[in-house]
Amino acid sequence: MNPMIEFNQVSFAYEAGTPVLQQVSFVAQPGESIGLVGANGAGKSTLMKILLGLLPYEGEVKVDGIKVEKKSLAEIRRKTGFVLQNSDNQMFMPTVLDDIMFGLLNYGMSREEAEQKADAVLEQLGIAALKNKYNHKVSGGEKRMAAVATVLAMEPSVIVMDEPTSALDPYNRRTVINCMNRLQQTKLVASHDLDMILDTCTRVLLIANGQIAADGPAEVILKDKALLEANRLELPLRYQ
Amino acid sequence: MDELSGESSPLHSLHAGAKLFVTILYIVLVVSFDRYDFSGMIIMVLYPVLLFQLSGLSAALCFYRLRIVLPLVCAVGLFNPLLDHSVALKLGGVVISGGTVSMLTLMLKGVLCLTASYLLIASTPFDAICSSLAAVHLPAGAITMLLLTYRYISLMMEEISIMLEAYSLRAPGQKGIQFSAWGSFLGQLLLRSMDRAEEIYAAMQLRGYDGSCRYASAGKAKKSDVVYAAAVSALLILCRWVNVAQVIGNLLV
Repeated sequence: MNPMIEFNQVSFAYEAGTPVLQQVSFVAQPGESIGLVGANGAGKSTLMKILLGLLPYEGEVKVDGIKVEKKSLAEIRRKTGFVLQNSDNQMFMPTVLDDIMFGLLNYGMSREEAEQKADAVLEQLGIAALKNKYNHKVSGGEKRMAAVATVLAMEPSVIVMDEPTSALDPYNRRTVINCMNRLQQTKLVASHDLDMILDTCTRVLLIANGQIAADGPAEVILKDKALLEANRLELPLRYQ
Repeated sequence: MDELSGESSPLHSLHAGAKLFVTILYIVLVVSFDRYDFSGMIIMVLYPVLLFQLSGLSAALCFYRLRIVLPLVCAVGLFNPLLDHSVALKLGGVVISGGTVSMLTLMLKGVLCLTASYLLIASTPFDAICSSLAAVHLPAGAITMLLLTYRYISLMMEEISIMLEAYSLRAPGQKGIQFSAWGSFLGQLLLRSMDRAEEIYAAMQLRGYDGSCRYASAGKAKKSDVVYAAAVSALLILCRWVNVAQVIGNLLV
């Protein structure tokens, strides 16, 4: 079986001489949940964007055995789903239903099929009541759940999430965490919410200065006070 | 606007194509009036008045929403009274110049065209308008551009609102934005809008967007839609060629 994500000696720089990622290598197996942690500017977002084919890079990145390059982008994007940090930018259509159907229609599904699929995903996430609501009228937590629905409807093999619990109240945060734990896909979750990472991820990649400073089980890395503090992080609240 | 267009009324239930056709015809007819033909154009005010009644949409809300654009439209003929001193009519001892009449005509034209466009968008889902434009073979690229512009306007308004709030919180008692800050304000607005637009575009790409929009079909036109389009078009054309205000005036005098 192919690994679901492969990074092999990947480097990237926005400007020559100031690398953002340097020789990053790791492999994620199907169904694995990986937390990406690190200080601001460490390179987490860049790593995710490279995986999604949004940035050019040096080295080799593969998703389900397919190299991420211009000619394979359509296939890569069918296999990956990205939940943005700012759900307002993800939900650009008038209603939640329109947004969920957007991707499905782009991939040639009929309007009826797309609506059925949207209904099923909304039901699965327990947010069927949001179906016909206008995006600007739903709360932050509901919008985050709806953003997850837009991605899940595409049935991706890999789900990439950027700060999925930021700016959420405790109830909505828990709802999103429970939802993430129900997902069977391979997950790559970037966040500073280390308690959430502990709740949702089995493995952690600690990124520092564009390199992987540590890679291992979440319970081990997130308990290492010295390692975390050296990388401008703190122990999760439950370990303090 | 999306919410308004989702309401139900006799006007909302009409086919988008019929409404689009009548609106375009109305705008063409209004624009075609001579610049001194103010009295002939007054009858055209009835069209938006009737549509407001038929749709249940609020005229006050319409003018509130158009408040930023209306002054610009009204400013078009502002210099006409200074440039054109010819005598157009005398009301008692008061001489009204051709420039004043043409200024009022231009202002009325602008207000009527804007109101008609507003009524179309507020009573028709934008997807349905796009679908109707596609039915008359408008290039797909132009429709996509229209659709994206419509979506991005709200984004820009949101950014403006956030920036205005941040500005006013640090400029208590100040009305508006100081002239010296306009440059940086607009520059920041552009940069922020571009950042957000880029992220939205990435979100679209990641969900298979390939440059063409899939909008909902406007459906098939019914008999009532055809009757509406034909009857209203005939009435509008009649109003264009017959100066109803003059006819009524002649009957009374």
